[in-house]
Amino acid sequence: MTILENESLKFECETGNYHTFCPISCVSWLYQKIEDSFFLVIGTKTCGYFLQNALGVMIFAEPRYAMAELEEADISAQLNDYKELKRLCLQIKQDRNPSVIVWIGTCTTEIIKMDLEGMAPRIEAEIGIPIVVARANGLDYAFTQGEDTVLAAMANRCPEKSSVNSLLKENSANPVIENNSLSNTNSDSEGFSSINKNSLATKKPSKPSLVLFGSLPSTVVSVLTLELNKQGIQVDGWLPSQRYTDLPALGEDVYVCGVNPFLSRTAMTLMRRKKCKLITAPFPIGPDGTRAWVEKICKVFDIVPKGLEEREAKIWQSLEEYLPLVRGKSVFFMGDNLLEISLARFLTRCGMIVYECGVPYLDKRYQAAEIQLLEKTCLEMNVPMPRIVEKPDNYYQVQRIRELQPDLVITGMALSNPLEARGISTKWSVEFTFAQIHGFSNSKDVLELVTRPLRRNMIQQFTHKTLVKSDV
Amino acid sequence: MKLAYWMYAGPAHIGTLRVASSFKNVHAIMHAPLGDDYFNVMRSMLERERDFTPVTTSIVDRHVLARGSQEKVVENITRKDKEDQPDLILLTPTCTSSILQEDLQNFVNRAALEAKSDVLLADVNHYRVNELQAADRTLEQIVRFYIEKAKKQNILSTTKTAKPSANILGMFTLGFHNQHDCRELKNLLNDLGIEVNAVIPEGGSVLDLKNLTRAWFNIVPYREVGLMSAVYLEKEYQMPYVDITPMGIVQTEAFIRQISKVLNSLDKENNYQFDSYIDQQTRFVSQAAWFARSIDCQNLTGKKAVVFGDATHSVAMTKILVREMGIRVACAGTYCQHDADWFREQVWGFCDEVLITDDHTQVGDMIARVEPSAIFGTQMERHVGKRLDIPCGVISAPVHIQNFPLGYRPFLGYEGTNQIADLVYNSFTLGMEDHLLEIFGGHDSKEVITKSLSTDSELNWTSDAIAELNKIPGFVRGKIKRNTEKYARQNNINNISVEVMYAAKESAGA
Repeated sequence: MTILENESLKFECETGNYHTFCPISCVSWLYQKIEDSFFLVIGTKTCGYFLQNALGVMIFAEPRYAMAELEEADISAQLNDYKELKRLCLQIKQDRNPSVIVWIGTCTTEIIKMDLEGMAPRIEAEIGIPIVVARANGLDYAFTQGEDTVLAAMANRCPEKSSVNSLLKENSANPVIENNSLSNTNSDSEGFSSINKNSLATKKPSKPSLVLFGSLPSTVVSVLTLELNKQGIQVDGWLPSQRYTDLPALGEDVYVCGVNPFLSRTAMTLMRRKKCKLITAPFPIGPDGTRAWVEKICKVFDIVPKGLEEREAKIWQSLEEYLPLVRGKSVFFMGDNLLEISLARFLTRCGMIVYECGVPYLDKRYQAAEIQLLEKTCLEMNVPMPRIVEKPDNYYQVQRIRELQPDLVITGMALSNPLEARGISTKWSVEFTFAQIHGFSNSKDVLELVTRPLRRNMIQQFTHKTLVKSDV
Repeated sequence: MKLAYWMYAGPAHIGTLRVASSFKNVHAIMHAPLGDDYFNVMRSMLERERDFTPVTTSIVDRHVLARGSQEKVVENITRKDKEDQPDLILLTPTCTSSILQEDLQNFVNRAALEAKSDVLLADVNHYRVNELQAADRTLEQIVRFYIEKAKKQNILSTTKTAKPSANILGMFTLGFHNQHDCRELKNLLNDLGIEVNAVIPEGGSVLDLKNLTRAWFNIVPYREVGLMSAVYLEKEYQMPYVDITPMGIVQTEAFIRQISKVLNSLDKENNYQFDSYIDQQTRFVSQAAWFARSIDCQNLTGKKAVVFGDATHSVAMTKILVREMGIRVACAGTYCQHDADWFREQVWGFCDEVLITDDHTQVGDMIARVEPSAIFGTQMERHVGKRLDIPCGVISAPVHIQNFPLGYRPFLGYEGTNQIADLVYNSFTLGMEDHLLEIFGGHDSKEVITKSLSTDSELNWTSDAIAELNKIPGFVRGKIKRNTEKYARQNNINNISVEVMYAAKESAGA
């Protein structure tokens, strides 16, 4: 197979027969993030068994989530689902007294058309606890997109930021379009470090506020917040916050920026429903991504970034012990968590060659800046553009892996061991979801993950026997 | 609706997939939404499987909701037929897809016309049976299908093998120590001069199922899976079966005697006697009988244990602890609610109480109440034990990766008795250590933790009471603390002083 060598990225779409986690898995990290929440997954034994098996030992730590397990009588509507849900929510209130109950709708509630959105406000009024409804089901979404549905639902619960005055409103009408991802007028090719005086920068009466969205561990939140503080930018809030009761205020003069590539619904909700202005930037993964992210935010706020270039260079220097391991090596993303484009871009900058970048779903508007940066990185590093495969087919991918023999395959746990048994080095993709990979200082962690199989191979080389079957 | 945090047995389709993927060259296609294929993760991670798990999904998405699966399922079946050329493709519905009430049988019929492989629809009700019941049902379905097919084609082998032979039914993937048990059973049968005609489903080929009837009899080592197939074969082909689990010395002996009975009834000319073999094995190969007599085991006498697991292992373990080791089983339980009657009958007289539930909090509360010296249960009980500071030996699924050991660890047969003896002995605090701890007041200076699952500590311990408590040996300290707090609560005392501690001790009569 020849590797594509055209000037821009090529996008393909396959059958969607690929392995990924069900989006309800987002409860596992969200219940830990939002300390006063309780997640109720309304589904069947299949959902419960998935959570129990995928989340391993976390289940034993008295988690703040549970299944509302649907039984035959629920499916055939012999039981009144309104009464049933109210009963369970009262029980949760009594046992845990959370500040919010998040209902996670599943495939089954979709199919039997359970009106969760309709019931939630009524039960909410009756039991006095906010109920947020997110439909994180496998019919529509993959893995990390679950978080997207929850945050989109939560965005609607953010308090309204009162508009300052009418004059400001008039002025802000333009920037809405200016920074809107749909218009895509902010060309990144003009270079980040040059000073851009565009229209929105000229007359800003008061400092607009900035809210970042995406669930990250609190240490990473501080790291990214500090990074922006260094440039004189105040972060006015995060969606989600550590506690539900601390959700940030949103409104017309609030700028929002995503930290993860899978949050397109949330971005859409923030723009359309809460009238926020979206900053479309590459995501702060890897030193190149973090710098581009900070620069883009600075640009919107009309700030000349200070010391970023040196900071990036210094981080690259600190990565020097890993880079020789990855330079010139090839990598194949099978695709299952939507972080693939950002990781491919970072690894390309590290000197790797990305053969294929599978991705469950690609929002070309929300990820526009990231896609552009990937293209730019490929050109600058003088490597062929990866082929980007949306909704991949794992069977065909394995055939391609067989032909290409990449040095590293980043894939889910269902395929890792069989590939290893055929002499292909793999890295579990889920680890990238749970590890801390954002910001300058965590770039090392990404490479730690990526190089682990490569380092293992180097150590095992000293034995003379190959330990695996040779046929792929 | 039911509020649930954890479950012992998985959903039905997991059982079906476990059976299907245990056979060689059988492919299962799930009719399921994206993300329901985590079975592949479990198999690839827990069993450390080297091959791609032969399970794919025919994805149910929005289009399927709107227009039905139409050609999709049929296409997926015929595509897999061409790609992998399996002997059998098993279409597996899931809880989600079964609500759609699509005519999957129709898809199967249509695909069967085109495909070279056989195509079957797994026949399980997702809202009525669990993983284990579904596995049993699916195994029977596949066996029945191939035997009836062979009968129609007149290729069913009805002549029995020359030498005595047996089929082992119910060994399969993700089963608790099944691989090791299988090897041990084969050794045992070999010692008895009995050939193994077939082991299904693990490693078997569906094309060989027509030879099942060549065996003289069937062996069903586990209660949960294989019994339906054995009953079917007995009814249709008059094949007797042995369903005693050879776990523990007494049960293994009963198992062998049952085999000799079956053989003698089938073959009047020879007399099958295994007495000397049993004697030899019991006294010299298995160390468990001698271990039970040895002075170490004396220290276990009358110690309290709790047993919980699937029906097979829980029953066998209860009997071993009581009959073979002199341990008192305060409570024996199972999550196999569908088999509750059999369970009660089996453990009758062996334990103080019986618990039949699939609610892990009930099991946890029971353990907290009984306060045994050791627990024998599943991974869930192991975690309860950790919290309560009670040792636990894992004897049954559901399991973690550490229950798929690389070394040889059977639970069945004579080597199994050795493994179990080790497990039991290592779970209790070692005898002499136990004794010395009592004399010298313990060697740990850890913080005291309460032995109650619901830790509400509105009670206040005075400093001298805490000092007194710390003098108490570590392994009983939790119990003393709990009893004192219980006493204080009953008498509405908020401050626990040394006086209260001794008052509590007196009232407990200890």
